[in-house]
Amino acid sequence: MNSSYAVPAVALVVVATVLVGAFGLRISRTTSDFYVASRTVGPRLNAAAISGEYLSAASFLGIAGLVLVQGPDMLWYPVGYTAGYLVLLLFVAAPLRRSGAYTLPDFAEARLGSPGVRRLAGAFVVGVGWLYLLPQLQGAGLTLTVLTGAPDSLGGLIVAVVVVATVAAGGMRSITFVQAFQYWLKLTALLVPALFLAVAWQGDGSPSHAFEEPATFREQRVVRVDDSLDLKLAGPLTVTVTGTVDGRAHDDQRLRLPAGTHHIAKGTRLSFAKGTAVPSADPGTTDGISTSLATGRQELPLYATYGLILATFLGTMGLPHVVVRFYTSPHGVAARRTTVAVLGLIGAFYLLPPLYGALGRLYTPELVLTGDADAAVLLLPDRMIGGVGGDLLGALVAGGAFAAFLSTASGLTMAVAGVLTQDVLPSRGVRHFRLGTVLAMAVPLAGSVLVAGLPVADAVGLAFAVSASSFCPLLVLGIWWRRLTPPGAAAGMLTGGGSAFVAVAATMADVPGTGPVHALLAWPALWSVPLGFLTMVLVSLATPSRVPAGTEAILARFHLPEELRTEVKT
Amino acid sequence: MPHQDPAERRVVVTGPPRRTLPHARLRSRGRYLHASGYYRPRTEIDEQTTLGHTYVRSLMRSQLRAGLAVFAVLGLLIGPLPLLFEAMPDAHRLEWAVLGFCLYAPLVLLALWYVRRAERNERDFVRLVEDR
Repeated sequence: MNSSYAVPAVALVVVATVLVGAFGLRISRTTSDFYVASRTVGPRLNAAAISGEYLSAASFLGIAGLVLVQGPDMLWYPVGYTAGYLVLLLFVAAPLRRSGAYTLPDFAEARLGSPGVRRLAGAFVVGVGWLYLLPQLQGAGLTLTVLTGAPDSLGGLIVAVVVVATVAAGGMRSITFVQAFQYWLKLTALLVPALFLAVAWQGDGSPSHAFEEPATFREQRVVRVDDSLDLKLAGPLTVTVTGTVDGRAHDDQRLRLPAGTHHIAKGTRLSFAKGTAVPSADPGTTDGISTSLATGRQELPLYATYGLILATFLGTMGLPHVVVRFYTSPHGVAARRTTVAVLGLIGAFYLLPPLYGALGRLYTPELVLTGDADAAVLLLPDRMIGGVGGDLLGALVAGGAFAAFLSTASGLTMAVAGVLTQDVLPSRGVRHFRLGTVLAMAVPLAGSVLVAGLPVADAVGLAFAVSASSFCPLLVLGIWWRRLTPPGAAAGMLTGGGSAFVAVAATMADVPGTGPVHALLAWPALWSVPLGFLTMVLVSLATPSRVPAGTEAILARFHLPEELRTEVKT
Repeated sequence: MPHQDPAERRVVVTGPPRRTLPHARLRSRGRYLHASGYYRPRTEIDEQTTLGHTYVRSLMRSQLRAGLAVFAVLGLLIGPLPLLFEAMPDAHRLEWAVLGFCLYAPLVLLALWYVRRAERNERDFVRLVEDR
């Protein structure tokens, strides 16, 4: 791919982000400005900001990549990401805003009056935030590698530096402008190339076998296998090989591989003839988390799908960077209307990634083998249109992808830094917030260098599972159930969120191997969410004496419309 | 506010009226207009009496009911889909069309429906409490 346009595009996005952020800095004066933009952000600006923040690398690159590799089942991801906002609207949005807290730990403390629960919630915010930041940084690295061939960690480093600079400088106020700007940038960056790609596709005779299984090569294509893998062949395959297959070296030789499993060594070049079905790589042998998740999916597909649905539907409300945004609405009614606008905005955006996924199955099927499926969105303009036009559109997509990393990473850094400043670092204040920002970013940056090769959408899915089993019970029961007690909340978060966290860690480390146990661990939400709710309810019922004294008044504040409250509560 | 025997008051413990037809409002006005001389729901809530809490609870119940109703519709809409696709393994085009493009509009409509209901609940509640 020609990088002479892409690099300026990425640079432009970075510079624009810093400039818009600086614009916010001029009006960001007080601590309240810093954390919640003084609660004056109207529904439309706030909705664009929430959407801009939410549409991460997973949405921009990951979904198309997953759909390309694993087929339409993966479209449950964007559906779940969107429906999560509906569930948030139904049970959380307005009361959360009316609770008047800055962050999730603030909410926990306001509702339960317990510093212990507050610290626990803070720990989960930091954990989920870091789990979610990791794939953003890796996606940035991948994008820059695909565009320029730069080393893997450079993109992540650039994102980290820019994000720390904008967040530390301007706080929430400047971030709001940056995020709103980036939503529209991201939409444009996917929509405009999509229109051109659709035209190119029609000019190509509208081939529609993308929707059938399996994908096939439309023309002769050479595939370089970057990581050694096992090919699973349902039937015999004729392929020209330069490199090592099944332990034997070949040099530009035509081979007829019989059905069965074949080991392809790292660095081998395979040349497929036109019309060949794309073979599937055996997920058990390549490394990385997506492969383990895919195995779980093969073992219990229905269970995995429902696990994914539950995690995304219920996990959205607990994502630290989403929740903090609701505190910036002026009142509860605005918070609700903002959420509806968000649903419309992200729903419109999510119409596009499936398109890229389908076109990817047609025009870049070899990405299934190279393990860089996340790059499909970036490669398509060049592959389908080519020339200067393709380069320009590719540059636009690259800029949008960087906007995705920057915006989500800023929001997460903001949330994690907020918790670190308030609960970990010794004293509060803007100066310590800046220190917290650096800390919030340093850990996932180190992690992204250590744990290479997580496909972004899957890693994000794991963050959703943890959030759904810890914060979802806390928020829903905290808002609607007056008998919740601090021990109950703590126990529920620990068992639900903790077990999901352990399952995620075990999956990442490839501990359980294969079997149904593995599927249970790879998609924990279906058992860990009920476990979290159940523990929270049962322990609360067992400790009725610990119901906080002011519960009735607090719930009244959560639910009463502001027009009644402003005069009531001073 | 002097404390009375609650039994003397004419207390109607219900949720806020679901429909605000003109005649319903008139009727509620007639019913609530200082029947016992002191009756003011707003004050009850302000002073966090048991009666005030009862009002808040009724609002919470109606809001929770609205949320659960929409959530149930969402469940019925989404829940059977994986089973459906599992039962029709060859209907790839259908799966692409439904998951890729057809679910977002219903989600937005459900959200709009809920917001209308929730805001109406709150308006009705304010009217009830402000004794208008």
